[in-house]
Amino acid sequence: MSVPGGQALAPDGSGRAFSRRLRRYYAWFTVGFLLFVLLLGLGERMGLSRVLIGYTFLFATIGLYAGIGIMSRTTDVAEYYVAGRRVPAFFNGMATGADWMSAASFIGLAGSLYLLGFDGLAFVLGWTGGYCLVALLIAPYLRKFGQFTIPDFIGARYGGDLARAIAMAAAIICSFVYVVAQIYGVGLITTLLTNVDFSYGVFLGLAGILVCSFLGGMRAVTWTQVAQCIILLLAYLIPVAWLGLQYTSSPLPQIAYGPVLERLAERERELTQDPREREVREVFLARANAAGERVAALPESWEQGRQAARKQVEDLKSRRAPLREVRAAERALAAYPASADEARRAWQLEQNAAAARGAPLMPHAEPFWSGDPDPVRAEKARDTKRWNFLALVFCLMAGTAGLPHVLMRSYTTPSVHDARRSVFWSLFFILLLYLSAPALAVLVKYDVYTQVVGKHFNELPTWVAAWSRIDPSFLRLDDINHDGVVQLAEMQLGPDIVVLAMPEIAGLPYVITGLVAAGGLAAALSTADGLLLTIANALSHDLYFKMINRRASPARRVTVAKVLLLLVALVAAFVALLRPGSIVSLVGLAFSLAASSLFPALVTGVFWRRANRWGAIAGMLTGFGVCAYYIATRYPFFQSALGLAPGDWPPWLGIEPISAGIFAVPLGFAAMILVSLLTPSPDAGSDTFVESLRMPEAAATAEGSSARNR
Amino acid sequence: MLARIVPLSQTSRQRYWTQTRRLTGVLLLAWFLVTFLCVFFARDLRFSFLGWPFSFYMAAQGALLVYLLIVFLYARWQRARDVAFGVAEAEND
Repeated sequence: MSVPGGQALAPDGSGRAFSRRLRRYYAWFTVGFLLFVLLLGLGERMGLSRVLIGYTFLFATIGLYAGIGIMSRTTDVAEYYVAGRRVPAFFNGMATGADWMSAASFIGLAGSLYLLGFDGLAFVLGWTGGYCLVALLIAPYLRKFGQFTIPDFIGARYGGDLARAIAMAAAIICSFVYVVAQIYGVGLITTLLTNVDFSYGVFLGLAGILVCSFLGGMRAVTWTQVAQCIILLLAYLIPVAWLGLQYTSSPLPQIAYGPVLERLAERERELTQDPREREVREVFLARANAAGERVAALPESWEQGRQAARKQVEDLKSRRAPLREVRAAERALAAYPASADEARRAWQLEQNAAAARGAPLMPHAEPFWSGDPDPVRAEKARDTKRWNFLALVFCLMAGTAGLPHVLMRSYTTPSVHDARRSVFWSLFFILLLYLSAPALAVLVKYDVYTQVVGKHFNELPTWVAAWSRIDPSFLRLDDINHDGVVQLAEMQLGPDIVVLAMPEIAGLPYVITGLVAAGGLAAALSTADGLLLTIANALSHDLYFKMINRRASPARRVTVAKVLLLLVALVAAFVALLRPGSIVSLVGLAFSLAASSLFPALVTGVFWRRANRWGAIAGMLTGFGVCAYYIATRYPFFQSALGLAPGDWPPWLGIEPISAGIFAVPLGFAAMILVSLLTPSPDAGSDTFVESLRMPEAAATAEGSSARNR
Repeated sequence: MLARIVPLSQTSRQRYWTQTRRLTGVLLLAWFLVTFLCVFFARDLRFSFLGWPFSFYMAAQGALLVYLLIVFLYARWQRARDVAFGVAEAEND
């Protein structure tokens, strides 16, 4: 392909044959994969061990992705960067879906919905509704532009290296935080599947990612992602259908779980009235009060506590108490807060945790619920929750329309029309998962509330013991009131268990658990692939080719891209190996950052001719700056890193830092408009460029736009 | 292939863009209402709808289906406009 901005390679007709062939391949692939799972299931019947099943899933799927990668290796620029621009809309949609559905969607979403009830639906709305913005405001215009990266578009529309560089920095920062979390997820799932060490898991996953993207760039990643999309959807939908059969007597719980929600609400009312539940909650409230009193009595209470802990150790030693007790007392002393300040932090956490467990039960379907007994305060809390919900939905949506790894996929379709259809198919495949997650959360919750809560400790289903053994952060039960019966308030449940244990909750064989883990792996790998490619391409194309060496030959550009990909992947894996739990929780912030830095510049670039370079620069910097400032001063992790006292930095209007974009996006737009109007209008060339974006037309104007870009 | 493309007059380009903008605006309005209005009044919209509380249903499923419809209609109507203005690209599959 000689013209980078040109139209599809395939002349009329051959595209159709290509599409037919693809359909046949992937249909066979799906059938083959199902047979593979079935065979493993038969193997399990005949005594295949769980570890072996785990290894088979791990190596078979990673081997498959690597195989696709090797088959689609390439050194051609257009193939490497944009898969030759001939991915049919249907398959591009599947690839975008796999790109989009990360470990967080696959494993975390249903769990968050379980824990947050109605309020968790902000993620469901935000992560799907964003595609309306992508379809209406961005995708077709990017495809018409028809180059390689998102900074490319900013650079061509506004001109000058500064705008391009800012866009590049923003794209890299958002994508990097995100990719670290994905690689971390890969390590976790591999560990769960095969019991190998976390670091081996990370490098095994990394090998799977690299073989694919290193050899074949976007082309290999696209065809792998289609396979990953099929695997992850099968892995999610099969157990959900099974669980649905049990509780709704329909394999489509997505349309039949309404009555279960009603029964769940009834069960919630029962549990609220249950005297033994209240008893446990009272215990927690008492603990919270005690911690609160210690905080109020600081710093004396800290000194007293330390003396008491020391005395305890000495007493036990002088009494010649059993070694076990002495050790326990010594550990308690060693863990005692080192200073009064530290004690304040630790005890406040303790107080909040105990208060949360003592709070009344949250009804699942109640919007913006608050457990505060005081009606005035409760009303205020609910109103804050409502605004936070709205703000979060907005940020996630605008973030979707600003995240480069999703937008890049508009470049890989053959035409503008196909770019529009591709968004439809992306959303279609994403909805298969997102419509199931709320149903799954309700079904699992109902199961837990009826099959675990209220049961005697020795008559619990087997999955409960199995998962609390793996890691208490998945599931933990303590008999607080010593009555031998599980109360809801005695249970601590980590969000990830909802999906990971779902096959066992539904009573399915272990092979399905392996399938779910393989699905989670596919979700994490596919997203990591797309993100790594975005970062490496921004560096190799925008920084190296466009700013450093404009005369680089195509072969050299691809080589540079590959080397950079390797480097970025290694750096990301290294950061993931440090197990930055805090970074993983930062992923949500990437959406606010992408929304506030890139979204305004992309939209005004098409819809407002008068927008000029200085406006774009001011808009991107303002958006990014406001967002970063708000996050840095309001997010607990950064507050403690910067040594800020949380009390001095109250949130604006009670908005959580994850939704910083609600302030930053409008301010970014405002700065963009204001500065554009204060500086001269863009030149006539820019006008022609915007004109050309706004209409499909075939080759003629695409040439024009790429000529300007060069 | 190039011969098929007749450069459009400035006025028809303008008309194409005005119509595109109008469609975009209407669909964005639908997107806005179904998302933000439903959520804002979530506590008041709790009548039963197909067995679900309405606001829960909308946030968990209804709005998502409307999004899919919005994207579908946009692709379809824009295609129709491309054909009407003679700027439609070749079908690829």
